[in-house]
Amino acid sequence: MGILVVAEHHNGQLATSTARVVSAARVIGGDIDVLVAGSGASTVAEAAATLSGVTRVRVADDAAYEHELAENMAALIAILAGEYSHVFAAASTAGKNFMPRVAALKDVAQISDIIAVESADTFVRPVYAGSAIATVQALDALKVVTVRTSAFDPVEMAGSAAIEALAIVENIGVSRFVEEQLASGERPELSAARIVISGGRGLGSGENFKLIEAVADKLGAAVGASRAAVDAGFVPNDFQVGQTGKIVAPELYIAVGISGAIQHLAGMKDSRVIVAINKDEDAPIFQVADYGLVADLFEALPELANKL
Amino acid sequence: MKVLVAIKRVIDYNVKVRVKADHSDVDLTNVKMAMNPFCEIAVEEAVRLKERGVATEIVVVTVGPKAAQEQLRTALALGADRAIHVETEEQLESLAVAKVLKRIVEEEQPGLVLLGKQAIDTDNNQTGQMLAALTGMAQGTFASEVAVEEQKLKVVREIDGGLQTLELTLPAIITADLRLNEPRYAKLPDIMKAKKKPIDTRSVADLGIDIAPRTRLLKVQTPAERQAGVRVASVDELIDKLKNEAKVI
Ligand SMILES: Cc1cc2nc3c(=O)[nH]c(=O)nc-3n(C[C@H](O)[C@H](O)[C@H](O)COP(=O)(O)OP(=O)(O)OC[C@H]3O[C@@H](n4cnc5c(N)ncnc54)[C@H](O)[C@@H]3O)c2cc1C
Ligand SMILES: Nc1ncnc2c1ncn2[C@@H]1O[C@H](COP(=O)(O)O)[C@@H](O)[C@H]1O
Repeated sequence: MGILVVAEHHNGQLATSTARVVSAARVIGGDIDVLVAGSGASTVAEAAATLSGVTRVRVADDAAYEHELAENMAALIAILAGEYSHVFAAASTAGKNFMPRVAALKDVAQISDIIAVESADTFVRPVYAGSAIATVQALDALKVVTVRTSAFDPVEMAGSAAIEALAIVENIGVSRFVEEQLASGERPELSAARIVISGGRGLGSGENFKLIEAVADKLGAAVGASRAAVDAGFVPNDFQVGQTGKIVAPELYIAVGISGAIQHLAGMKDSRVIVAINKDEDAPIFQVADYGLVADLFEALPELANKL
Repeated sequence: MKVLVAIKRVIDYNVKVRVKADHSDVDLTNVKMAMNPFCEIAVEEAVRLKERGVATEIVVVTVGPKAAQEQLRTALALGADRAIHVETEEQLESLAVAKVLKRIVEEEQPGLVLLGKQAIDTDNNQTGQMLAALTGMAQGTFASEVAVEEQKLKVVREIDGGLQTLELTLPAIITADLRLNEPRYAKLPDIMKAKKKPIDTRSVADLGIDIAPRTRLLKVQTPAERQAGVRVASVDELIDKLKNEAKVI
């Protein structure tokens, strides 16, 4: 029956998360098709066709899919889903938005945010903010799954899949895109960065995040934050790392002025190396840190930026 | 406009959960329970809509055990007008909950349905989207701002990379993100008054809805504990370790 992977793309670029979702799908094996739904999506489709392990790229190119409105995306995917045993997408804000809608349209369960594939119907996923790891068997014939992309290495871009145009236009018409405010991306994207440095309430102000940025510049790192820092308005919402923010697993994660609440740890504790800088030697973040520096961040950060 | 808010009783977010020795599930015996934090935000938003004169009546609904009445009472103390308790001692999956909620939506005909974006026990993040699919309504998930304008609703959504604004046709489904508002605490007089507000109780079994499980929980494990590493005494030592020991910079 095969697996349908829903591609993620932004501004005419295929997102790297798609290569990670394909990687999760390959654990099951069989034919893998990639769906590219968007407006003016041909370059994305060409990029998707090079994903190793992909048989066919199916392109739904229409204004109806331009902003990935959940109603239209779900209607399209639900039509195609009949041809597949599995539908996979990234557990990004886009995937989380339309995939449960697909599942309900097909009257099946959705398995959220998997970190491992045990077999064609059995998946592993964190629950309770990562305090427990559940192994779940999906009993429905059709499996609708979102994938935690940080848990899978991307496939290579060495394939040459066929590209097929779809003439399915689903415009449900109950929602309309108004506008988007997206952060201008000079820095690497949080969930794809090799190094992430995050600041918490300890930073004290948005102005002081300059100290974090100075270190990020030296390391080519992405900048993240705790919820407390976001709520206080120091940085934009999409900087938030944690249970309800972004899940990251970089080579190096540096937590500065962050206490280490379980909800924050849920978003970063699978990082390869963790550094904590905190003036409170009893802060819980030190319990997960490979290297802990008990120091005042206002002294440590400038020194770090200087010496790197 | 009538507003329906779906709330879930879950483990209190401050409690550290433990996995049962036989790995069949997490152990919830004698654990402090509370309203899911995102549901509190959904209730608060409904109350604010009423204070602004947009909502005329707030109905809260939960699908859960007898004890979930506590969370309904909390919602009533916060400003909901009446409650519906669909009782079941089973842990229903999101799809089944969405089917039950669909029935309540058909009966109540709300102009707006508010849910949390995610229950912090299963971390599913599904029910609102599923309810939207089953009712054919528009969905505004991960909402950080909601404004009702005539027959339309403007919702600002938290998405990867920033914020997105959508206009939805009413009736619609909204799921609340953390920054939609900051929930108030219930005042003692309101807690007393809430005791007199009506809770309409019925059982899932009487609704005749297919709630058969679609998944099987095979096992639950404790995640591999990360070992605390070493303390470094200075920035110089930190840089040295990162370069020469961990080799990450
Ligand atoms: C449902 C729910 C979901 C949540 N989701 C998330 C989430 O996704 N992500 C998230 O991060 N949180 C989340 N939280 C919030 C979480 O519980 C914590 O409140 C939050 O992570 C705390 O942020 P913080 O560590 O920056 O602040 P605090 O806990 O206040 O810690 C600040 C730290 O800074 C240190 N500090 C202060 N000054 C200095 C200085 N000069 N030098 C060095 N160190 C200093 C202090 O010692 C302290 O350890 C969620 C909570 C709930 C209820
Ligand atoms: N048993 C339930 N009863 C009422 N509402 C629920 C129930 N389960 C989930 N919900 C609603 O759906 C939201 C998302 O839950 P979930 O999809 O399970 O993560 C919650 O915040 C609630 O608003």
